[in-house]
Amino acid sequence: MTCGQYKTSYRDDMKIFQTAFVKFWLAVLVISLLLFPFLASRYLIYTANLCGIAVIGALGLNILSGFTGQISLGHAAFIAIGAYASTLLTLKLHLPFWASLPLGGLAAALSGLLIAIPCLRLRGLYLAIATFAFHFIVEYVIVHWNQLTNGTSGLTVPSPSVFGMELDSEREIYFLILCLVIASLLFAKNLFRTEAGRAFIAIRDNDLSAEVIGIDITAYKIRSFMLSSFYAGIAGGLYAITLSFIGPEHFTFLMTIEYLAMVLVGGVGTIAGTVFGAVFMTLLPEGIRMVKDAFSHDYPVLVTRMADLQASCYGLVIILFLIFEPTGLFGVWIRVRNYWKAWPYRY
Amino acid sequence: MESVSIKIFFQLVLSGVIVGSIYGLIALGFVLIYKATDVVNFAQGELMMLGAYFCYYLIVAFQIPFVPAFLMTLLFSAVLGLLIEFLILRPMIGKHVFSVIMVTVGLATLLRSLVGLFWGHDTYRFPAPFSETTIHVLGVSILPVELTTALAGLGLFVLFYLFFKFSNLGLAMRATAFDQKSAFLMGISVRKIFSLSWILASVVASIGGIFLASLSSLQSNMSMIGLKVFPAVVLGGMDSIAGAILGGIIVGLTENLAGGYLSKMFGSGVKELSAFFILLVILMIRPYGLFGKKEILRL
Repeated sequence: MTCGQYKTSYRDDMKIFQTAFVKFWLAVLVISLLLFPFLASRYLIYTANLCGIAVIGALGLNILSGFTGQISLGHAAFIAIGAYASTLLTLKLHLPFWASLPLGGLAAALSGLLIAIPCLRLRGLYLAIATFAFHFIVEYVIVHWNQLTNGTSGLTVPSPSVFGMELDSEREIYFLILCLVIASLLFAKNLFRTEAGRAFIAIRDNDLSAEVIGIDITAYKIRSFMLSSFYAGIAGGLYAITLSFIGPEHFTFLMTIEYLAMVLVGGVGTIAGTVFGAVFMTLLPEGIRMVKDAFSHDYPVLVTRMADLQASCYGLVIILFLIFEPTGLFGVWIRVRNYWKAWPYRY
Repeated sequence: MESVSIKIFFQLVLSGVIVGSIYGLIALGFVLIYKATDVVNFAQGELMMLGAYFCYYLIVAFQIPFVPAFLMTLLFSAVLGLLIEFLILRPMIGKHVFSVIMVTVGLATLLRSLVGLFWGHDTYRFPAPFSETTIHVLGVSILPVELTTALAGLGLFVLFYLFFKFSNLGLAMRATAFDQKSAFLMGISVRKIFSLSWILASVVASIGGIFLASLSSLQSNMSMIGLKVFPAVVLGGMDSIAGAILGGIIVGLTENLAGGYLSKMFGSGVKELSAFFILLVILMIRPYGLFGKKEILRL
């Protein structure tokens, strides 16, 4: 039995999968995720799809807010732009899905560039306020640009086809989302082993020092913004095909809060934590629904006020995690893991 | 023809100033908190909404007359402000700015949805004791409730000005805002100042909420109006009380004029949006606002 993990080279230290143990369990996880849609009900698969989308979107937000330290309150706006752009490209220009999804991401990335340029010199709360204003402007455009977005009536999203194969059931979309989740996780994990990723972290930790050691803050902030909104745009495109209908009511400020909660609950500036947070926050409404069903006999008013119940739980979760568990679920995971590693000793 | 358009202009300006003074009131609470404790309070609009709903509840459910209900609401919001500061903001002292912003965003979400849970999303008429007969002043008509709002706003501004200028407590708050450590060393209880600024901000917000509800109506998206506080405070400077009030009035004015003259061209939402446009422009060219401290670090 090994009593520790000894690294003899920098290469070892930089590895993504550190030990055979990790590799084994990740393989088990991937296989069970591949088998999952053949065993689960349609509703479960649908929920899993939402989890996957949340992982991609939350990764984007974590890259910007968690790793680069730029507080964004406009994430839902980028998701909306991605969703609308990819849907409209399919509807109006009849582009195939494999082109419209990345182009939707690109559209979101370009709007990220648009907001990044005026905001480059803003930090902390000023940036938060600026992105916050951006959200309301996007929401206004979606509601009022009737010819393009169909206003409040929304758009019906055609089911996508990939290389001649029509993806019209939850299960088929599930595999698409699973592939993209794995790709975006690998990309994000690798990103923080490269110069760009390290530059992001340096900007977060101290932007002045980062500038002094020769990091071009402006360029990297723009990159971080664009990358984050690209992720958001992809998440938006996938969200559109999962729901098969999009309208402005899907992309409210509450969505931004939901994504921020994912990042905070999972762990700010961690990749694994993002996954925990995204899954937790997507399953939370399901849990709330169960509690609601249990109490709805005695308190029938709960049925009509589900949205409020859900929002209040989001608020509560954010506050409680920030006060009591600021490292998020990732921190809990590390603590539990270390406890069992050292068991029966304390350390 | 000419005189009609001038009349419309004055009417728009007048109602802009009145709505603006409510924005100013809410912004005042925001600045109080930001100045003293360095916390950006995203829940200011929700505090306002909660105050208005609580007052409504007292009047309708318990048949309490307006004035005692109003005073009880003030007491309630003072206690609420104290509790929020003690339970939520105090553990966050010294944490990263992201966490502090997020905790108030979480608080805003929580308060807003609690109001929705308890009172639903219907629109209520606020039972304020103002008569409906309009007063005509120099050709423009004004409702008593509008006049009272403007006067109350003005009164509160004067009150706060005097408070910060002459009272010991006000001086202590200013000292804390200026330099926390020195204030602490001079024997000022910084802790009490923190609590006090939340209490004051919450009370001022609920006054604003009650006036806003009497002006229009009581509805669950009232907290959206609280978001107008950001254009107002950024315009005026985040840490300037006079700036908050002036910023609020300017935002109210711009909104009303934009709503009056531009909505034909751009649709109905332009009124709400114009404030955010001002916000983005101000952030780009003058992020410290009209009266703010120019201590923003630029890289």
